[in-house]
Amino acid sequence: MRKNAIVRWIDHRLPVVNFIEKDLIGYPEPKNLNYWWNFGSLAGIVLVVMILSGLFLSMHYTAHIDHAFNSVESIMRDVNGGWLIRYIHMNGASLFFVVVYIHIFRGLYYGSYKSPRELLWMLGVVILLLMMATAFMGYVLPWGQMSFWGATVITNLFSAIPVVGPDIVTWLWGGFAVGNPTLNRFFSLHFLLPFVIVAVVLLHIVALRIHGSNNPVGIDIKNDSDFIPFHPYYTVKDLFGLGIFAMVFAGLVFFSPNLLGHPDNYIPANPLATPPHIVPEWYFLPFYAILRSIPSKLGGVLAMGSAIFVLFLLPWLDRSKVRSATFRPITKILFWLLVVDVLILGYLGGKPPEGWYVIFGRIATGWYFLHFLLFIPLASWFETPHALPTSINLSIKEGTATAIASAKKKGVR
Amino acid sequence: MAQRDQEIIDIKADSTESRRDFLLLATTTIGAVGAASLAWPFINSMNPAADVLALATTEVDLAPLKPGQAITIVWRGSPVFVRYRTEAEITAASAVKMNELPDPQTDEARVKKSQFLVVVGICTHLGCVPLGQRPNDPKGEYGGWFCPCHGSQYDTSGRIRRGPAPRNLDVPPYVFKSDTTLLIG
Ligand code: HEM
Ligand code: FES
Repeated sequence: MRKNAIVRWIDHRLPVVNFIEKDLIGYPEPKNLNYWWNFGSLAGIVLVVMILSGLFLSMHYTAHIDHAFNSVESIMRDVNGGWLIRYIHMNGASLFFVVVYIHIFRGLYYGSYKSPRELLWMLGVVILLLMMATAFMGYVLPWGQMSFWGATVITNLFSAIPVVGPDIVTWLWGGFAVGNPTLNRFFSLHFLLPFVIVAVVLLHIVALRIHGSNNPVGIDIKNDSDFIPFHPYYTVKDLFGLGIFAMVFAGLVFFSPNLLGHPDNYIPANPLATPPHIVPEWYFLPFYAILRSIPSKLGGVLAMGSAIFVLFLLPWLDRSKVRSATFRPITKILFWLLVVDVLILGYLGGKPPEGWYVIFGRIATGWYFLHFLLFIPLASWFETPHALPTSINLSIKEGTATAIASAKKKGVR
Repeated sequence: MAQRDQEIIDIKADSTESRRDFLLLATTTIGAVGAASLAWPFINSMNPAADVLALATTEVDLAPLKPGQAITIVWRGSPVFVRYRTEAEITAASAVKMNELPDPQTDEARVKKSQFLVVVGICTHLGCVPLGQRPNDPKGEYGGWFCPCHGSQYDTSGRIRRGPAPRNLDVPPYVFKSDTTLLIG
């Protein structure tokens, strides 16, 4: 209990200080978390950066097809520090996806989606979907050629829905092509969705707090020697990670702000001419590759949607009781093959859909789905996991390898 | 207090239970229907507005066009392709067998005057504008249009021949007001 009478008075009525002390500062965390556990808090910080930079951009931006492109150019040239704010927002979006993708693959490797964290994982997938929608609509706002044609291609995905598809697309557009009504509503939604993301992130954290963080060896906290308080240990570690991240971020913003963008988006939108080679932003490329490898319109759209939807099912596709891939020899190999597969899909998504690119795209798409629907379920049935260490504390003291050996000797499973 | 609890239990055990259930159900239903019907005006507000719908027709003079040439017209914010086809292109289009077409349609069914092909210039896959209007554009293997986005190929009748697009290029509603005056819409 706090000494200060005022703090005590407030806490009795609105327990904020109590919450901060109990749930943030003193919260017990497994003591063996490695740097892959930095990316959750990093994602939260980037979300705040996006909201703040976006708020200041919106003070100068005009959501009208005749003015949008010029208003962004005026942000770049006339508004004081406007170039900095926009480059922060632009590159922040890219890095947001880098951070979140790493965060997701961390979960895949260490089995963080397994019981009792299924809902935590599923909320994460919801956040990913919301982020994709937000980033897609944000990219339309500067109203360049890629904005316009990206919006056209992506909204047309809905026309693949049987019977009502075309009506849905007209409804999304508010017209018969992507136009001013579309730009206006995309701006509204682009402003709103990040706050919806904040709400889902809060739920994500509530779900996290109930069973606490998973950890590199994937076993539960058993006694006091297994954990340390969040503050100061992980606040310092998160801050250190943030420092490194900030250097990368600043490097992009100040030295190569357009590295991850497409030059065609500096050409004003022209509804009568599609650029010869349209590509989405890099973070959509793996999904775009999946869309294009299916030679049917509806099939391609379904495959792209399923690529994300399958993540919702993962907790039930993987039957193994062992969380961490460190102790699962086959799953570990499958994990790294999936990483390579997604990188290949990303590469192919940026190439024109011709010749060998199409063939490889189909193989990589097939592998992606087989990984989740066949290989992981099979591995979780047939592989023999290594013996797990007896406790988190022991796994640190002896190092994971010796912990495995000693646990084997003692016959502990 | 205990007395009151007893009363409540008594009331519940009574036959009035089914009446309460009915009232509760009725209220909930009316509430849900009310909320849903209030949602409709909001959803509908996102459909095309009256001024967008009012963009009716576009008129063009095709007299300057020579065989083999093409022009692109804007109709309702979308490109419309008009191609003055050569004899060779027309014969090629009508010679195609129906079983070779993913979306079978005869060439005659797609034109009003066989020399002028009028189609909406939007790929039926995901809405890009296919190439093939300008002389040095790639026209694909079938001499019509080639969509750069995902490689759909259309023939000289604007019919889909290869690639992911499901349908032929749409034919917009149009009439010829004179031999060379085209009214689209
Ligand atoms: C989840 C967080 C967010 C993401 C991932 C995101 C993503 C993006 C992206 C990719 C762009 C296009 C940048 C470009 O190429 O020029 C953009 C533009 C924009 N965003 Fe956001 N955004 C987020 C939050 C916000 C918020 C909260 C606001 C408003 C309060 C906002 C306002 C704007 C404005 C006005 C533009 C147009 C100016 C420009 O294009 O630079 N954004 N956003
Ligand atoms: S939009 Fe034309 S092939 Fe996809």
